[in-house]
Formats: sequence, structure tokens, C-alpha cells
Amino acid sequence: MHRLGLSVFCSVAALSCAAPALADPIKLEVANSWTSGGEAAAKQVIIDALAKKGVEWVDSSIAGFESANAAFNSRLMAGNPPPVKAAIAGLDQSEVIGQGLMTDIDATAKAAGADKALPKLLLDNVTFDGKIYEAPIEFHGESMYFYSMPVFAKAGIAAPPKTWDEMFADLDKVKAAGLIPVAWSGQGWQEVKTFNTILLSVIGTDGFNKVYTDKDEATVRSPGFAKAVDIFNKLHNYIQPGSENLNWNDATAMVITGKAALQFEGDWAKGEFVNAKQTPGKDYGCEFAPGSDGTIIISDVFAFPKVKDADQQKAQQILAETVFDPKVQVDFSLKKGSFPVRADVDTSALDICAQKDVAMVKAGKVAPEQAIVLTPAQNGTLTDLISQYFAAPTSTDAFVDGFVAMLKNA
Amino acid sequence: MGIGSRSDKGSGNLPGPTPLAGQVRRIAMGERRRVGRVAVPMLALLPVAAIVVFFYIGATLWTAGISLTDSRLLPTGKFIGLTQYQRLFATPVWQTSLVNLVILAVLVIGGCLVLGTLLAIALDRAVRFENSFRTIFLYPYALSFVVTGLVWQWLMNPGLGLQATAQQLGWTWFVFDWPQHRETAIYAVVLAGLWQGAGFVMVLMLAGLRGIDQDIWRATRIEGIPVTRTYWSIVLPQLSPTIATALILLAMGVIRTYDLVVAMTNGGPGTSTSVPAKFIIDNLFGRQNLGLATAGATVMLVTVLAVVVPIAYAQNIRAARRRNAL
Repeated sequence: MHRLGLSVFCSVAALSCAAPALADPIKLEVANSWTSGGEAAAKQVIIDALAKKGVEWVDSSIAGFESANAAFNSRLMAGNPPPVKAAIAGLDQSEVIGQGLMTDIDATAKAAGADKALPKLLLDNVTFDGKIYEAPIEFHGESMYFYSMPVFAKAGIAAPPKTWDEMFADLDKVKAAGLIPVAWSGQGWQEVKTFNTILLSVIGTDGFNKVYTDKDEATVRSPGFAKAVDIFNKLHNYIQPGSENLNWNDATAMVITGKAALQFEGDWAKGEFVNAKQTPGKDYGCEFAPGSDGTIIISDVFAFPKVKDADQQKAQQILAETVFDPKVQVDFSLKKGSFPVRADVDTSALDICAQKDVAMVKAGKVAPEQAIVLTPAQNGTLTDLISQYFAAPTSTDAFVDGFVAMLKNA
Repeated sequence: MGIGSRSDKGSGNLPGPTPLAGQVRRIAMGERRRVGRVAVPMLALLPVAAIVVFFYIGATLWTAGISLTDSRLLPTGKFIGLTQYQRLFATPVWQTSLVNLVILAVLVIGGCLVLGTLLAIALDRAVRFENSFRTIFLYPYALSFVVTGLVWQWLMNPGLGLQATAQQLGWTWFVFDWPQHRETAIYAVVLAGLWQGAGFVMVLMLAGLRGIDQDIWRATRIEGIPVTRTYWSIVLPQLSPTIATALILLAMGVIRTYDLVVAMTNGGPGTSTSVPAKFIIDNLFGRQNLGLATAGATVMLVTVLAVVVPIAYAQNIRAARRRNAL
């Protein structure tokens, strides 16, 4: 009896010594706003890659990036931030980083070769004070529209329009066929992106950069800018009623189901098409807005607030390392409809729409989206200005004045 | 429960020239005894009072202080005077918010009072199934503003709601899409607010009506005064404390309107249904603009004080006058 008890005790002790080798995965909370079908599938790519490295992704997602940002900011101010946040490169997190509230991933990024593989535009926007703070996971192009091929055929449109006049003529054909020409999501940030798509297509990549990056007033007051405002205004006649506060993926669903002809959307819309098992070139098409000579790009990144727990810090660096993994980048992009940030990955698996964007990036014809070069306060004022203009069009001059005031008010 | 009743527990029935004077003397005697008894409860309340002063008033002062700095996401100490207030009043969204607040205040408070009183009067007279009706009318108040906002958003959606149903049933002239147009969107919010608040006012007024002396009805019937005149000139003035209570509670709710607007229109179309609370929260968290948000909050505080303080002062004077007159 005595020896049995002793042997049981010894074997239990031995097993519990072996237990740390099979440790529980480290739980890492990630705050994000990727809640649609395609986005959730893309998240799963990273979740699976992390699980192999012993880190468990604890999802903390809130639909709508404005609400997600608000929740994150309030937790940050309370001193209890999540260890990882999905953010945007550039000025979005610059104040927080400047206040010393974020951890840098400089060593991990350099070890993964990021400082050589990332395009300079992006590298500059994730580096603060000489150190890399953010891990970019993808590029999104925001200069395209996605159209339903069956609807185009039904309306008798043979080929995508090359100019804005042809575009409006085609939209009239769709209207005559009894379908909705443009699926419109009536949320402020959506309207800003559509306006910018039109703006770049009219005044070109250089003009766009002059407006947003250089904040040049003369370009804002130019006739090209006014033309873009008029085109934006003209779209009123072609959108569906009940667009107010409609989520972007609900508008995409209208194109997927053949109720609407096209949607001006960033290429994250492809994630919805992928989820609905549609293929580009067969069921839907993607084209740059008529006259675009480049593409607006935005980069989603992961930012890492400072945390005290050593395990959490380790997990943060593991996530950064995973994000820079070329295979993860390609798989994530395939599911989400984006394209990888590393220039040294194999992009042949990407669909034709992403290939178009990659070609533009390689040619250097890119313009950073306004969220990268404007402060969050300016971005908010811009959103108010554009959404109020679309809801109640004033004169073009009044809009231009408001735009200039927003640029000056950093 | 009239003035002349002897049902209160006074300290002995001192005879007086009128029952009213006797009551007043009883109160005066009791008051002297009351002061001794007051010290212990006051001591017990001291921690709560300290918390109120430190956190509530202290936070208010801190907010006002921050509004004089150029804080962005996090508070800085850099004093810039009234620049934030200048920026605030130059912001079109803030101007729209103030206008919307006035519209909401007048229509929701006024509408709830009128509707609630009418419902209460109706229930007071028709006693059958009163409990069921009272419960049904009170149900909306039990819902959160978010649910109310979403429900009315769906009801007023042209593709999904009442308009679509009515048009499918053949009434193609029926249009009910207020949140879609910037001129009518705020009235959609008003409608949802009315639906939610009317039942609450009804319950308050019903309780007040039950306290009215039923002899009045007999008296007015004998005199031949019409029912509506009775209500307007005799009953409702007696209910003025209840009306005041309902008014204050409704006003508190309207000034704080945030979740109803967010759930229903999210400030849209454009920015036409912005309200001050939403403006402040948006700038505080989403737009990383602490200075502008605290400026807005301070303006709201000053507005509320500007309305409440004179009323409280006037009430104090009236009460003091009543005490001195006796």
C-alpha cells in the first residue's frame, strides 16, 4: 500500500513536470472591425497560422470601423488596451505612437526582411522615429468599381465605359432596363471613398497627391476638382432609394444578386464575391473608374499597444512575424480581396482585379488614401463635409471652401 | 387628502382659529425637534457627498479645463484660451446639432406631455381593461433606445417597412420614408421618441389623476361646466407637480439623446440628425479630438444650468414667500 501510494505520487509529479511542454496556447486579443463573410474567412488564415505557433487569436470585433475605433480609444484612455489592434498605416495611430503607448516591432520586422520587401511609400508610413511600429498585412486598392456581368448584358452594355460620359450613357441604359444603376452605401466613409475614386480619375494621381499629401489649395480650386464634384453630384440620379446608412456589404449583395449594375468600392468587395462563389471575368468584372491613371491604396496594419504581461509581449511579436510571412500574406489576400504588401511574393495566384492593382503599384502610380495622410480629426471633418454635401448639395464653391478649411485645420 | 383633514400625525391637536393655522403651528413645533435628528443622517451622507463633489463636480471642472487646451487623443496641458469654442461654433455639424436639440426638445417633450395626458384621461374614464391598456401603453418605455431606433428604422425603410407592405397591398400612394430625406429625418427621430416616452408620461399622469378629489366632478356636473373645461381649468392645474416631474424627466432624456439617433440614422442623411451628445462622443473617441468634445460638453452644461438655475431660484423664492406669508 505504502509503495503503491509512493509510486502514484511519483508518476503524477513526473507528469506534471512534463505538462509545461504541452502548455496552453497564449491568448492574444485582437481588436478589429472585420465582420463580413469575406473578412472573417481572411481572419481564419492568420488564426490558423498563429495556432501552429502556440498563440490563440481571441477575436474582439465590432462591425463598423468607426465604432471599433471608438471602443479601442476608450479602452486605451482607460489604460486597458487590447494587445493588438487592426489599424491603418500613417497618421491614424501616429498620435498614440508619439505618446509612447505602442510597442515597436522593429527587430521582428527587420528579421523578416520587411525593410527591404515593403514599398518605400508604405515603409515610411509604418516607421515612426526610425523604428517600425506597425505590421502591414495587406494593400487595398480603392479606385475601382465592380459590375455584374449579367446586368451589363441585360442592359446591352458591350464593354466597360472608357470615359465618364460613356459611363453615364451606360448607366442610363441600365435605368431603361428597369434595374438600379449604382448600388450606393449611404454611410459617410463610403461616400468619401467614392468621391476620392472620382477625384483621382479626373485630376490624376499627381493631382490627388497634391490635394491630400501636399494640401495644395490651388489644386483644390482648379476646374478639374470642380468637375469631379459635379460628377459626384450627378450620381444622385442613379442610386437606389433607401441607401441611407446601408452597410457596404449589403450594397455589394445587390450587385451579386443582379439587382444593381455596379458599385464603386474598394477591392475588399471582392471578398463578398468570393464568398458568394463568383469569379471575376465570368460573373462579375472590375474596372478602374473611367480615366484613372493610377490607384488609391490603403494599407491595413496591426498596431501593438504596450502591455505588461511578458507572454502577451511574446505573442505580439509572434503575430508580427506571422503577418510578414509571404504565404500568410498571399492566402489572406485571396480571401479578403486585397493584395500583399511584400514586393517579393508570388502574385500569380491572385485574381485579375488584384493583378491590375499590383501592376499599378509596381509602376509606382499610387496615391495614399486620405486616412493615411490626414489626421483623424481632419478625416472626420472631411466625412461630415462630403456626406452632408451628398445629402444636401450646395454650390460647388461652398463645397470647395469647406474642403480648403478642412485641409488647413490640422 | 385635503388641507383640512386630520389624518397627519401631528404632535397633539392644538386648537387654532382655522385648521390651516393649526397645521402650520404643528409643523413649526416639529421642525425644532427635527434639527437634532438631522445631524446623524447628515454624517452618514458625508461619504456620498464627498464622492459627488470630488468625482462629479471635479470631473465637470476638469472637462471645462480641458476644453481650454489643444488636447487631441490624450490630454495636454497647453492652454489656448477659447479657440476650441470658436472652432466649435464654426463647425456646421455642431450648429445642426443645436437646432436638432431644440426641435427634439419642443416636439418630444411637448408631444409626450400632450399624448400622455390624453391617454391618461382616456384610461381614467374608461375603466374596463384598464390594467391591460396601461401595460400595453407602457411597454415601449421598457425597450432600450437602441431597440426603438432599430425598429422604427426598419418600419420606415422604403424597401422593407410599412411603405413596401402598403404598396404591395395596392396603396401605391403610401410613402413613409422619413429617415431617407434630410428635411424629415429628425422628425423620424421625434416620432420614435414620442412612441417611447408617451406611455411613461401616461402612467405618471394617471397616478396624479387618481389623487384628484372626485367631489369636483359632482360639483362641475351640478354647475353644468363641460368636461373639457373641467380638465383644462381645474384638474390639470392641480396636477402641476406631476406635470413638472414628467417635464424634468423628459428633458433629461432628450438632452442625453444619443443611442436613439445612432440606432436609427447614425446622424444621417449626411449630418442632418446630429445631436450634441453624438457630436461629443464622436469627437471624444472616434475623431481623437478631446479639446473640441469637452468644449461641446461644457457648452451643453452651461445651457442646462442657464435654464435650470433661474427655475430653481424662482421656486426657492416662491417657497420662501409662502413660508413668510404664513
